[in-house]
Amino acid sequence: MGALFDGFLHLAIQTAQTMNLKERQWVIGGIILLMSVIFIGRLFQLQLGPSAWKDYAARITEEREIIDPARGMILDRNGEVFLTNVPSYDLLFTPRQARLAGGLDTMALSQTIRLDTSELRAALAKADAYASYRPSPILKQIPNYDYAQISGELWRFPGLQSKRRSIRTNAGGLASHLLGEYRETDREDLNSGQGYRLGDYKGKSGLELEWETRLRGKRGIKYHLVDVRNDFREPLENGQFDSLPTSGENVTTTLDMDLQAYGERLMGNKRGAIVAIDPQTGEVLALVSAPSYSTDFLTGKNRGAHYTELLQDPSKPLFNRAMRATYRPGSIFKMIQGLIALDEGVITTNSRIVCNRDIIGCHGAHSMDNLEQAIVHSCNPYFHEVMKRMVQGGRSDNIFQDASEGLALWSPRIKKFGIGTDLGGHLSGLRSGSVPDTTLYNRMYGKKRWAYSTIYSISIGEGELLTTPVHMANLAVIMANRGWFITPHTVLDIGGKGKPQSLDSLVETGVDPAAFRPIIQAMEAVVASSEGTGTKARVPGITVCGKTGTVQNGERATHSVFMAFAPKENPRIALSVYVENAGSGGDWAAPIASLMMEQFLTGSISQVEKEEHILESTYPFPEH
Amino acid sequence: MRRSQSVGQRIDWLTVGIVATMMILGWLNVSSATAGASPVDWLDWGSKQGKQLIWILVCGVLAVVILNIEGEFFIRTSILHYVINVVLLLTVLIIGKKVGGARSWFGFGSISIQPSEFAKPAAALLLAWLLSRGDGKLRDLKTLVQSIAIVGIPAALTLLQPDAGTTLVFGGLIFTLYREGLSGNVLIAGFCALLITVASILTGAATVDYPWIGEQSAIGLLWLILIVFCLVFWQLIPNIVVPRNRRRVRNTTWISLVAAMLLSTGMHTGLEQLPRHQRERVQVLFGIDVSNPDADYNIRHAKAAIGSGGLSGKGFLNGPMTAYGFVPEQETDFIFCTVGEEWGFLGSTCVIILFTVLLFRILAIAERQRSDFTRVYAYGVVSILFMHYLINIGMVLGLAPVIGIPLPFFSAGGSSLMGFTLLVFILLRLDAERVSVLR
Repeated sequence: MGALFDGFLHLAIQTAQTMNLKERQWVIGGIILLMSVIFIGRLFQLQLGPSAWKDYAARITEEREIIDPARGMILDRNGEVFLTNVPSYDLLFTPRQARLAGGLDTMALSQTIRLDTSELRAALAKADAYASYRPSPILKQIPNYDYAQISGELWRFPGLQSKRRSIRTNAGGLASHLLGEYRETDREDLNSGQGYRLGDYKGKSGLELEWETRLRGKRGIKYHLVDVRNDFREPLENGQFDSLPTSGENVTTTLDMDLQAYGERLMGNKRGAIVAIDPQTGEVLALVSAPSYSTDFLTGKNRGAHYTELLQDPSKPLFNRAMRATYRPGSIFKMIQGLIALDEGVITTNSRIVCNRDIIGCHGAHSMDNLEQAIVHSCNPYFHEVMKRMVQGGRSDNIFQDASEGLALWSPRIKKFGIGTDLGGHLSGLRSGSVPDTTLYNRMYGKKRWAYSTIYSISIGEGELLTTPVHMANLAVIMANRGWFITPHTVLDIGGKGKPQSLDSLVETGVDPAAFRPIIQAMEAVVASSEGTGTKARVPGITVCGKTGTVQNGERATHSVFMAFAPKENPRIALSVYVENAGSGGDWAAPIASLMMEQFLTGSISQVEKEEHILESTYPFPEH
Repeated sequence: MRRSQSVGQRIDWLTVGIVATMMILGWLNVSSATAGASPVDWLDWGSKQGKQLIWILVCGVLAVVILNIEGEFFIRTSILHYVINVVLLLTVLIIGKKVGGARSWFGFGSISIQPSEFAKPAAALLLAWLLSRGDGKLRDLKTLVQSIAIVGIPAALTLLQPDAGTTLVFGGLIFTLYREGLSGNVLIAGFCALLITVASILTGAATVDYPWIGEQSAIGLLWLILIVFCLVFWQLIPNIVVPRNRRRVRNTTWISLVAAMLLSTGMHTGLEQLPRHQRERVQVLFGIDVSNPDADYNIRHAKAAIGSGGLSGKGFLNGPMTAYGFVPEQETDFIFCTVGEEWGFLGSTCVIILFTVLLFRILAIAERQRSDFTRVYAYGVVSILFMHYLINIGMVLGLAPVIGIPLPFFSAGGSSLMGFTLLVFILLRLDAERVSVLR
């Protein structure tokens, strides 16, 4: 080994020493050639090897510009606009440009754009931290009008530019609960794989969310070659990869804007809900939840503060009472009881039952009502007895067994009226409410530990029964149609292509239409008869059928409830009205229903005093 | 009259052709690099590409003038040229204008002159004059010292500007000295020094967990290896070296060890002393992870531009990285990026081959001389051109640190173009006279 090394070293040294100087040109030439070969090898590696450098070059020289499509409008059934887009402006800041130009006068800028200096500084710092050579937003959604005032001044500030973007506006401030919110995407949306990018907006609730894919449209993409300052310079490959945006589709709702607006006006300063449905088609005509807010209140730079304000308001304006609030149905439920009892044959239209107030309390002067009278008088013992016959009618000697079997037959029949169901599921966010069944009571009391006497309060619509205003309006639809309803829905047309399929499916209650005759007679009497509880629901010249409800609410004042349809023959509107903590159904809910029906059926209001009285009343209502 | 005709016939037209081709290719690439996104305005004399065309025409005239000057003139005035240039290099340190941190330029209104570009041919001429006097081979120490002084003075003055690239170019004249008799050991020593430098930088950036003293810079390990290597070699000397040489080899060994240690330590601490951006440039080159993402900005973009060219390139005037200013200094020091992006692997390789052919052609010219002066000068030309080629392309390809130095005949700039024209055409005139030279 040592000898080998020795020999090698000698050879190298001696070769160098003894080499003819002229031969040294080959050493120099060799070095030149070696370097050239290394360079060509390196070029081969960089240019023909893996495309990492090519990808990197493309990444820094090409930029995608997203062209946002116009979002579809949301209209009422007559083409009136609920939601449309208006231009607004984002103010963008590129720190590097400002630095190159010698800095930015923050004080002057703060005054011009009317943004607090410390807030502005924070926004500028954030932009700097994000990317010094890219524009970052420092102020978002400046309304068109405000922007017009400052746009002339912006040139004075280096690195500042504005970007037009369209925002949603709800000019009338109507139907906010149903329309829902359109706002900036959150982390969850960005990770959803639906192509949302940071800073994009999307529907977050209500119809805006439900029809997001149709409203959204398709984005256009423009590919640009950018320069080192990331400014767009020319289209990539003459724009052959570019695509144009496709506008979103307009969504025409079933709402009637005039009726919706009137409903919101009537419910002003009150708490509650109005739901009006076209009984022939199941189309929702109005969906009012009070108190309300305008979706515009939740856009722009103050969204956060406004949202907190609404969230902390004790009257819960963000809560969609029409679809999310569940109330006991109360007396209105007696109509369903009567219908099923007739259908089951436990009573006839002429069956009279003693008003035995020892078992359950009652009100008014009556003693031996038939079905029609019992509904008009809202006789509690009558329906206690009727339900007892259905549920504990002697199928078994054991009262517990008997009640269990009876209720198992009873519950599904109630559900046929939509109560306790999602009503076809076309109203997203609708709560189902509940109809108690044997499973529930077995869980509450234990199997065979309950009899009719345990659960009788459900016979008059109290107890474990829960419904929403939508369910009650749908019940009015069933009454109007004498036994069937079309699943309620809110969309009439999308993008001119007609109503989305499967929205209107017909649901039968399974009750003989003949059984409705006495019930509807009673509903007419409730309004028309001088001793009826719903006389304030009368509409001049139109036969109104209705039923009051006064829903117990623990210690607090009762909720005033009314459901009705009109006209009696060929009904065109069915509705439910809830006014929270307002007293009896006839006092507040009935006149509101009357005004709504008159507005819809005649297009004008003749009952001026009634209207004035309602508009003047505010929550909380005086004790009677 | 007859004589000048014969000179015209003996001009090495191949070299002239290569140089002219390079100037035209260079000008096309400069045009592309300056034009950016806008279409090239070929008649805009104010733009860099227009100015470059003027400089090319000026250099054409200059070439004709030089070819008509007796070669004897350059031999006789070589000292004068050298002195004038050294004075200019001294002057520029005082009254030069500062561009990019270096005081390398004289400013005359809109025109700037870089004196170091003219000092290169002057140094080559004086070196040729020195080594062609009498029996002026590099046999005696005096000639060696004189040679080193000729190269060292302008090298030192340019380092003061500071312009490390030009200093390195003067250092490249070592190839000329080598051809004229400098021991090959110097080249080997230089190569070893380079290895030790690279090793010092690499190990200096890493840490090693030593026994007893814990986590420390890995450069200690390098020193340990050097010492152990020399000790082992010391022990082997009696076995592998004949007795009469042992003493010399022993001396060489410990001197080498001390030199290596000094170099290593110097490199390590020197790197620590450098301004941060320069230190990071060096570290980036060696693949050392630098926390500053901008440190390798230039070289990253240069590599991206070249890499994006692919086989045949994006086409003349069609390179987005060139057009939109992604590559720094793209019409001067980084002009090869434009070649790489727009002409691809094929075009870049052609340019490499063109340089290789030019260098070999000048080597051939050098070796066919009867005149020692012309031969030494020709080697000077080869050395200078080769250093430019080596450092510039090496830098652009990410093989050498970022050292600003033009690519001969390609980069925009009047001073460098004139300097290279002088360099080559003086040689061509001398070469054309070769048959009339008496030995």
